[in-house]
Amino acid sequence: MAIPALPRPDMPAPQPVEATKVSGLPPTGREVAPFLRGTSGETGDRIFKSAMLVCGLAVLAILVLIVYELMLRSGPSWHAFGFKFFAGHDWDPVNEHFGALPFIYGTLVSSFLALLIAVPLSIGVAVFTTEMCPAALRGPLSFFVELLAAIPSVVYGLWAIFVLIPLLSHYVQPFLSKTFGWTGLFVGPPYGISMLAAGIILSIMIIPIISSITREVLMVVPQHQREAALALGATRWEMIRVGVLRNARAGIMGGIILGLGRALGETMAVTMVIGNRPEIAKSLFAPGYTMASVLANEFSEATGDVYLSALIEIGLALFLVTIVVNALARLLVWTVTRGQPSRANA
Amino acid sequence: MPETATIKSSATHTVPKIALRRRITDHVMTGAAVLTVILVLAPLVAIFAYLIYRGVGSLNWAFLTQTPKPVGEAGGGMANAIVGSAFILALASIIGVPVGVGAGIYLAEFGRNRFGDIIRFTADVLNGVPSIVIGIVAYAIVVLSQKHFSALAGGVALAIMMIPTITRTTEEMLLLVPQALREAAYGLGIPRWRTTLSITLRTATSGVITGIMLAFARVAGETAPLLFTAFGNQFWNLKVTEPTAALPLQIYTYALSPYDDWHRQAWAGAFVLIVLIVTSVAAVRFAVRRGTFGAA
Repeated sequence: MAIPALPRPDMPAPQPVEATKVSGLPPTGREVAPFLRGTSGETGDRIFKSAMLVCGLAVLAILVLIVYELMLRSGPSWHAFGFKFFAGHDWDPVNEHFGALPFIYGTLVSSFLALLIAVPLSIGVAVFTTEMCPAALRGPLSFFVELLAAIPSVVYGLWAIFVLIPLLSHYVQPFLSKTFGWTGLFVGPPYGISMLAAGIILSIMIIPIISSITREVLMVVPQHQREAALALGATRWEMIRVGVLRNARAGIMGGIILGLGRALGETMAVTMVIGNRPEIAKSLFAPGYTMASVLANEFSEATGDVYLSALIEIGLALFLVTIVVNALARLLVWTVTRGQPSRANA
Repeated sequence: MPETATIKSSATHTVPKIALRRRITDHVMTGAAVLTVILVLAPLVAIFAYLIYRGVGSLNWAFLTQTPKPVGEAGGGMANAIVGSAFILALASIIGVPVGVGAGIYLAEFGRNRFGDIIRFTADVLNGVPSIVIGIVAYAIVVLSQKHFSALAGGVALAIMMIPTITRTTEEMLLLVPQALREAAYGLGIPRWRTTLSITLRTATSGVITGIMLAFARVAGETAPLLFTAFGNQFWNLKVTEPTAALPLQIYTYALSPYDDWHRQAWAGAFVLIVLIVTSVAAVRFAVRRGTFGAA
């Protein structure tokens, strides 16, 4: 359509418009629509633009506020313990001696466990939906997987307490300790409530994220990559491995890291199954504690400034870690989905 | 090349060893992919089936109309928590939706520059901040200044979580509106702000509302940021400045309790929560689709 972008100022108005009563216009002798003078709407535009700018700035302000409040309120703890805060084992609110290492350990181990379970499953699902499954199944399948993302965290926790935990303690844990007990990772009483349970429930929660991003990334891989592999006589799996997965590496990595970000900050479901004991145990059957869980459990009951600020310092650490992780993930996903796949001619 | 030959020969039953191995690998990997799908869908089906089974079985009239009974006493319900959740979510939407949509408009219409990129990146970063950390910030800003827990603090926490999602989806939806439509409006001499509000935003209404509902559904089940902001309440409350019960909080408390009756109510609560989320999202989308022509 050849519509001119803007009316030329010197064009006469086709019809008088009633909004001519705007003051400040020089008399023109005839009724001219004010917009043709280029003055009308300018004030409105300016007000509108600044109002929208304020909203945009609000987004920026929220982030600044988060950083400011966390740094300000964690000050007392930082002054009292310094870097030792992150290396100390003791969490002793009575004597006001705080070390965050057990929580950091718990967060890292549970998230790592979740990735260990979730990554192969998510990639498998993504590969199946993009490369193997019949077209009619594709839509419903991705819908169902994304439905997993819509379930609130607390409902996962509820389900885990009443279904997953009994399942673990009756069947999975006895089996694991009998078969893999020699590794030292699966020893101890099979109570169900454990680091293992936290890892499993986390993995269920991050599968939708990783698999949906992996699917997006796989779909960006150019079709001729697949065709080229097939033309060279590759089987379907060889085509997927050489032509698809290898091209999508960076994007899949981004999806995994995004899932990691979610797992690190996940609170409720983990708090309900991990056992909440600030200890560092080698066995995955032992209870643990994560940074997010300790906040959920102790924040509203924290007495004393140092206690509260120690908790907020844990929050700050969690915040910084997730920011770094998320920024990294976004960068990786962007490089893949925006431009061409990085190694289109590998 | 040997590969071409082996594939052709597979039809004539003289399969060399190498091709057999490759074909077996192919079948094994296909089987593995199918297996992963089953493994991923199994918990989903298990969660939904168990939720409906326990939830429907536990639901009764008292649950929907009464407030919680004292500890250890059977009966009672979560009526105050259902209303409280709706109240907190309404507060969050009142704060979050205008700011989010406004920021989205800014990004789409004025933000195609470096500054816009900064805001865009900030929104993405905010999206990844753990909800519990946002709870801490709402506590520091609202609760500490008011000196007590309140529905408002919960609303602020949830609003902060809604804003980045709304901002980014609004921007995306506005960018989908064809440039020609804006130019046509400018051509008619309509000022830019009128164009944005009455033409661009209106065309993208259904998409923008979908984004809002997405954010709404995401925060409706949030528990962590409410733990030390809205805090929970055994009784009715519709005052902005008082602690308020919320469905997710109540589910959490009841799930960890040692009482069977409370477990039953936790399941009923989870069922009601999911039904409420799904129906509110569906209702709004339905209303929007009928009201406009569904641009997105």
